[in-house]
Amino acid sequence: MNAVRDTGLIFHNHVRQNLRNPTWVIILVVQPLLYLVLFGPLLENLGAAYAGGVDPWLVFTPGMILMIAIFGSAFAGFGMVVELRSGVIERERVTPASRTALLLGRVAKDVLVLLMQSLLLVAIAVLAFGVRPSPAGLALTLLLIALVGAGFASASYMLALRTRSEGGMASVLNSITVPLLLLSGILLPMTLAPGWLEGISRANPLSYTVDAIRALFAGEFAASEVAVGSAVTVVVAVLLAVAGARTFRRDNA
Amino acid sequence: MITARNLARTFTTRSGPVEAVRGVDIDVAEGEIVGLLGPNGAGKTTTLRMLTTLLGATGGEATVAGHDLRRDPRGVRSSIGYVAQGGASLDEAVVIEELVLQARLFGLSKTAALVNAEELVTTFGLRDLRQRACKQLSGGQRRRVDISLGLVHRPRLIFLDEPTTGLDPQSRTNLWEHIRKLRAGGVTIVLTTHYLDEADALCDRVLVMDQGTIVAEGSPDELKQRITGDIVTIELAGTEHVDLHDEHTLHDDTFDEGAQPGRPKLHSRTDDVVQVARAAVDVRSTLVEHHRIHVTVDRGDQSIIPLLRALDAAGINIAAITMKRPSLDDVFLTVTGRSLSDAEQDVAPAAA
Repeated sequence: MNAVRDTGLIFHNHVRQNLRNPTWVIILVVQPLLYLVLFGPLLENLGAAYAGGVDPWLVFTPGMILMIAIFGSAFAGFGMVVELRSGVIERERVTPASRTALLLGRVAKDVLVLLMQSLLLVAIAVLAFGVRPSPAGLALTLLLIALVGAGFASASYMLALRTRSEGGMASVLNSITVPLLLLSGILLPMTLAPGWLEGISRANPLSYTVDAIRALFAGEFAASEVAVGSAVTVVVAVLLAVAGARTFRRDNA
Repeated sequence: MITARNLARTFTTRSGPVEAVRGVDIDVAEGEIVGLLGPNGAGKTTTLRMLTTLLGATGGEATVAGHDLRRDPRGVRSSIGYVAQGGASLDEAVVIEELVLQARLFGLSKTAALVNAEELVTTFGLRDLRQRACKQLSGGQRRRVDISLGLVHRPRLIFLDEPTTGLDPQSRTNLWEHIRKLRAGGVTIVLTTHYLDEADALCDRVLVMDQGTIVAEGSPDELKQRITGDIVTIELAGTEHVDLHDEHTLHDDTFDEGAQPGRPKLHSRTDDVVQVARAAVDVRSTLVEHHRIHVTVDRGDQSIIPLLRALDAAGINIAAITMKRPSLDDVFLTVTGRSLSDAEQDVAPAAA
């Protein structure tokens, strides 16, 4: 129970800090809007090649949610570099609070932010572009998105503890997130890809996640993509969270 | 409060293992203020981080506040306070909120946390600033917040890593007062410092550290008594331009005098001073540090005039001659062969 309480304390503290920072609120609102307004319309003219006959927005919107999940969470560690430098992390590590809780409280805050961004993005898509996702599918999508966000945020904090510098983090993040994005089929479906490229993309766990949430959005709950994608997402998220917690527990991290 | 035996930490680096702390024994009794004194890189911070469970020891064992360091790190953490060298708060964070959060992470209830936090802001003169963001505070105020953060759960043992580094003299004296008050309230304090006056002013006992070992130990007075007599320091004239590489601090007979042709033979001149001094007065010991010669004599007041006459007669130009009672700086100089300020320059801060 103590670990839950400590997680709550850290979570509450970080939510409070975020709310105090107005630039954060603006970014939260504007970023999803830009994706939809400046990129989405390009796809409408691709027609069947993009979405195979269904509403292209039904394919594009879940992809954008996943993209926000990847980039928003992967950059969470930058905040921790600042915390490491200011001595906050060390101050918390010298308390009897569970070190896993110190990590999870932060991850929980990141997931909350991500879910709010996702909901905002969906709301805009529904209101402005007439997307009609399956309600149950949307709920399950948000669950998977929360897992992806938790996994990426944990990995990002792990990276922050290892590199302890913005420069080091930026170079590692860029070399990982860009290939992950390109090889996931988030921007354009991998059905458009030549065989070799699609083959490589199958090694990227995110390609399964994006397939699953596209099926969920369309209300195809029985599709094999849903089961496979959900399983892959859970496994990867748990592995990343455990790795992050282990790094946080190390005595001299 | 603390018993440490043979505590050691070796870091693995690309250029091989670095022994930051090489097996130190530390005993701290309840209610003491103990200072770890030494230059940057001496191993003070590493020792403190080991005793506070932030860094695993690679050798030795310790009991801190009744808990075994290896077997019960959480027990240690719940019984101690720690104030790190570089501060402990985010710029944007609000003073009172930080204090309450920290207390709650130590398991206090919301009410108890708030009571302790309010009490500390009053004690440390931060009452009017408690709703401010930390970045709005002055250096001294912010340091007091750091120390409050280490005290908010009312530990009986607190570790302060260089508590006054970077503070202006007034804030420094102010903080010393607070630390003395803590001791008066029964809190055991272990602090590190590279300021001799701080160790002298605050500490019941000083552990002098150099290159990962404890080289001397005792109360400031005991340590000073190890150097009996007064120290007369003779400073040679016309040596300001001497290359830094000549700054070998120890009197060393193997020094190669021919190595710097055309330069003043500093070594031979300091040698002359030592000879002249020994002939003129009753010298206990001498120590040559660059262009300064420290001569230890029984009675400094009675030695200066004969020394001056003899040096003058020998045709040696001196820039200054001073006499003082031994300080902790002299203790450091005696036990390590270097003055504290020189030792600071020698060591890469990365090893700290």
